[in-house]
Amino acid sequence: MKPAPLSYARASDVGHALALWREAGPDARILAGGQSLLAGLNLRLAEVDGLIDISRIASLRTIDLVGDTLRIGALTRHADLERSDLVALHAPALAQAAPLIAHPAIRTRGTIGGSLAYADPAAELPACMLALDAVIVAQGDGGERRIAARDFFTGVFETGLEPFELLIAVEIPVLRPGRAQAVRELARRSGDYAMAGLVAAADVTPAGLRDVRLAYFGVGGSPVLARAAMAALDAGRPVAEAEAALDDDLDPSDDLQASAAMKRHLAKVLLRRVLADLTGTEQGRPA
Amino acid sequence: MTVNLHLSELDRPNSYIGKTVPRPNAPRLVEGRGVYVDDVVLPRMVHVAFFRSPHAHARIGEIATAAALAVPGVIRVFTGRDIADICSPWVAVLAHLKGLKSAPQHALAVERATWVGEPVVAVVAATRAAAEDGVAVLEVQFEPLPVVADMETALDPDTPLIHPELGDNLVFQRLHEKGEPDAAMAGAAKVVEAVFHTGRHTGVCLEPRSILANYSRPENQLTVHHSTQAPHMMQTIFAKHLDLPEGNVRVICGDVGGSYGVKVHVYPDEMAVAAIAKAMARPVKFVADRLESFASDIHARDHRIKGRMGVDAQGRIVAMEIDDLTGIGPYSVYPRTSAIEGNQVVNLCGGPYDFQNYRAQTTVVLQNKTPTCQYRAVGHPIATAVTEGLVDLAADAIGLDPAEFRRRNIVRDDAYPYTSAANMRFEGLSHQASLEKLLTMMDYDALRAEQVRLRERGIHRGIGLASFIELTNPSPFMYGIGGARISAQDGCTVRMDPDGSVVALSGVTEQGQGTDTILAQVVAEGVGVPIERVRVITGDTQVTPYGGGTWASRGAGIGGEAALQAGLALRENILVVAAAMLQAEAGALDVVAGEIVDKATGQPRMPLAELGRIVYFRGDTLPKGLPRELVATRHFITSDYPFAFTNGVQASYVEVDVETGFVRLLKHWCVEDCGRIINPQLVDEQVRGGIVQGIGGALYEHCLYSEDGQLMTANMADYLVPMAAEMPDMVIGHVETPTRESLLGAKGAGEAGTAGAPAAIMNAINDALKPFKARVTAMPFTPERILAALGTIPERRL
Ligand SMILES: Cc1cc2nc3c(=O)[nH]c(=O)nc-3n(C[C@H](O)[C@H](O)[C@H](O)COP(=O)(O)OP(=O)(O)OC[C@H]3O[C@@H](n4cnc5c(N)ncnc54)[C@H](O)[C@@H]3O)c2cc1C
Repeated sequence: MKPAPLSYARASDVGHALALWREAGPDARILAGGQSLLAGLNLRLAEVDGLIDISRIASLRTIDLVGDTLRIGALTRHADLERSDLVALHAPALAQAAPLIAHPAIRTRGTIGGSLAYADPAAELPACMLALDAVIVAQGDGGERRIAARDFFTGVFETGLEPFELLIAVEIPVLRPGRAQAVRELARRSGDYAMAGLVAAADVTPAGLRDVRLAYFGVGGSPVLARAAMAALDAGRPVAEAEAALDDDLDPSDDLQASAAMKRHLAKVLLRRVLADLTGTEQGRPA
Repeated sequence: MTVNLHLSELDRPNSYIGKTVPRPNAPRLVEGRGVYVDDVVLPRMVHVAFFRSPHAHARIGEIATAAALAVPGVIRVFTGRDIADICSPWVAVLAHLKGLKSAPQHALAVERATWVGEPVVAVVAATRAAAEDGVAVLEVQFEPLPVVADMETALDPDTPLIHPELGDNLVFQRLHEKGEPDAAMAGAAKVVEAVFHTGRHTGVCLEPRSILANYSRPENQLTVHHSTQAPHMMQTIFAKHLDLPEGNVRVICGDVGGSYGVKVHVYPDEMAVAAIAKAMARPVKFVADRLESFASDIHARDHRIKGRMGVDAQGRIVAMEIDDLTGIGPYSVYPRTSAIEGNQVVNLCGGPYDFQNYRAQTTVVLQNKTPTCQYRAVGHPIATAVTEGLVDLAADAIGLDPAEFRRRNIVRDDAYPYTSAANMRFEGLSHQASLEKLLTMMDYDALRAEQVRLRERGIHRGIGLASFIELTNPSPFMYGIGGARISAQDGCTVRMDPDGSVVALSGVTEQGQGTDTILAQVVAEGVGVPIERVRVITGDTQVTPYGGGTWASRGAGIGGEAALQAGLALRENILVVAAAMLQAEAGALDVVAGEIVDKATGQPRMPLAELGRIVYFRGDTLPKGLPRELVATRHFITSDYPFAFTNGVQASYVEVDVETGFVRLLKHWCVEDCGRIINPQLVDEQVRGGIVQGIGGALYEHCLYSEDGQLMTANMADYLVPMAAEMPDMVIGHVETPTRESLLGAKGAGEAGTAGAPAAIMNAINDALKPFKARVTAMPFTPERILAALGTIPERRL
């Protein structure tokens, strides 16, 4: 479990990183927290001939409120999301999701940019981006580019980033009054990738939930917006109808921990529990 | 017996046996100053990485080594044929397991690879990384052969043979019958039956298997730094297969980061390392990485067991019948063999219960998967799960509470000596006392009431009980009589140096479990010195008395007794000298806390350092001819009973989320009886650690294979071990029934936790599922299997 020989360079800022990357060529990789990349290198899963280490670029480790947007720099660690007051106030789903990622040692190093660029279908943060209508900010030689989260996750470990394009930040509309967010997942052990997980957001009105976002993870090749179920809820239909609609929304495949049938079933259980979380009703027990 | 140890009084002067004392080696290990094999660096050292078979079964064709040899840093490449010239193959059989057969196994596969992960080629390089670079560019031709993966069909006539020369895929079969099981079943009021599966799993040591072998040509001496449980056994084996005189092989075992049975076997890759050292006359290091650990460390517990139990109208067990099938991989593992686990299932089923009509069969077959062999609590968790699963079914069938059913059926505490239906002989056990203590500790009745209350609110909790027996302190009946050179005896040499400090050399070994600590306690008390004055040395075949090492929970019971007797003998030798110096009767003196004292009054007479000064530097002042032997060696072997059985009982309290199939472990209890307890905290932690491994087997750990024999769970992300967050609070209690075979009275405690935990958890889950008439009997009990049992989702075969 030793990586094949490769070269390494540390970037001092974004421009430097992009220049180094061009110089090293397309088979070089950006190194952020290293929590996914280095394991892959040690397993010799990918042919990588160089690393461009961006982990010390301080300007990318920021959490700022800009108008009614929360802007989170790509090198913000999972642990930062867990502890930030701004995140807790304006994007509570991220604060809820962060402790579900792996274990403290990994959260201390792993970055939001790395998680989104890696796009593991079972990861929490990509689904958060979908549910919160986030915008991903990328920077290439040509300057900045903004990509809506729903266009960003294009497949298993695939994103809308172009070659030689760095993910530098995400922008998340702040939680508006009357809106609630909730996250639940079902993982075999504490810290494991989920067999199924759900990030939800909605306006909680006297008439019921409106403008519902349901972003599932671990049940498809990338995080999935359950559009039919969302529509059913927006139309004020009973939860059972939304559950039934999930059969159209989700197309999971078998993995070691759960069959597709099990994932479909768990998705429905999660829906019931997360809706209860949003409305603050009796939630059943923690998932 | 002339010595009265007053072993039950805890606060007498200079007493350590029975007390929790801090582990002398803990600060060193916690500060990162441990010396594991990987920390040992020798001049001219090289590293090995192995090319391992990617096929479950394949003929090995041409091996092209040129590209590997061209990698910078690579020094040499060895194929199976190269190694076969240096290291002879082995066949793992034992004469007392009649009919047991296996095929010759080589250090590196020569003609055929027979499991995914079998070592095929060794690349030697200046660094491990360079060796891996070499492995990456090796070209090995394979011709895939039919794969035997499913043990259920391994003996079918149309199943290919893994070793055609053996005639079939059957390794071993044993049928044991006692009493009249058929008649008893026919006359039973109720007969219950079930099929159980225990998932194939493995040991997962924190420190992987590690070896550093060095060969000195001028001395014809092989020195092996080895992370092992049995240094002397390995000395014998290296000598035999590398054609060296046994006395020219030295095995040194420093710190070991866990072993659990994984490190008591002969591994082909490790034999190859020793062979390469001999060929190159250089130090050669190999430390298994996590991926190769999963594919090459022994696996265990791949069993399917059909069980039946008959009970009479009063709820008494009248008969039990089991049919066990186990797949062990392509070879019986050397030298302990892979038939022991199935044999233990036969020996241990029904163990806690009083009945005499029993039929049990084990069938051990070959498959193209990683070889299986002894892992912590060999056979116990299987036998306990089958027995306790049937006991709960029988209790239910007859309408008795599970605790009451056990009360009626466990062997009474006044019934000893007792011989079980499997013909195991028990010197003295405490099932009744242990069960009552457990039920009190957990407040069984209150938990039952809570369970009923919560069920009304849709919360499904379950309580599971599991009585068990544990085989410890084995005599030569375990391996020696079968022809294996594995010592059941152990020895200890205790020496007093001039300053009055004491060094103890023992043949048992420290694996992280605290053996050094209990040896220090026993020796300190035996000699009469403060524990700080005792240094313990284990794990060096050229230094310590010959012994068996660590396995079958024998360190305390056998190594501890040898240490106690050696300590007492040294005390007597000291008193002979002291009597001469003080012109007193030896019998009127004693050694307490490092001083010679007046036995009657406790009055100090002379520090040991003064005695040491005189003996070592002014021997001229002592009477000529006075024995002045400040070194004593004693050995111990059990002889009245083949094994010292222990017993205990566990309980698990769980909550099952019937919507998701998730099991939450709320609490776990264990009462066990390991005889004399030397260090309560160490015993408690042994039990807790064992329970956690039992939790692993019950809920998480599973070596899953595809139909073509590919291991699908070969890393820590896919092979799930329980971690801190998965561990419930564990409450440990004790009953002490010392063995009368030794002065110390200690039996083993290392495997009790693992033996009972899976059964207790299984019974608790099934208790929770009872309102749904659902039941699970195939470990691990994953959420998916529980949902399938509930009928929520279709069953999936994995
Ligand atoms: C034991 C373990 C358990 C884990 N469990 C979970 C879990 O439950 N949930 C979860 O979500 N994750 C989990 N992870 C993964 C962890 O969250 C990682 O931190 C994350 O996936 C990647 O972030 P990183 O900063 O470490 O990225 P790296 O590993 O450094 O990089 C990952 C990939 O993204 C690319 N990349 C990184 N940053 C950028 C950027 N700014 N622009 C463009 N490309 C970039 C890299 O080139 C690489 O291809 C686990 C990891 C481990 C080791």
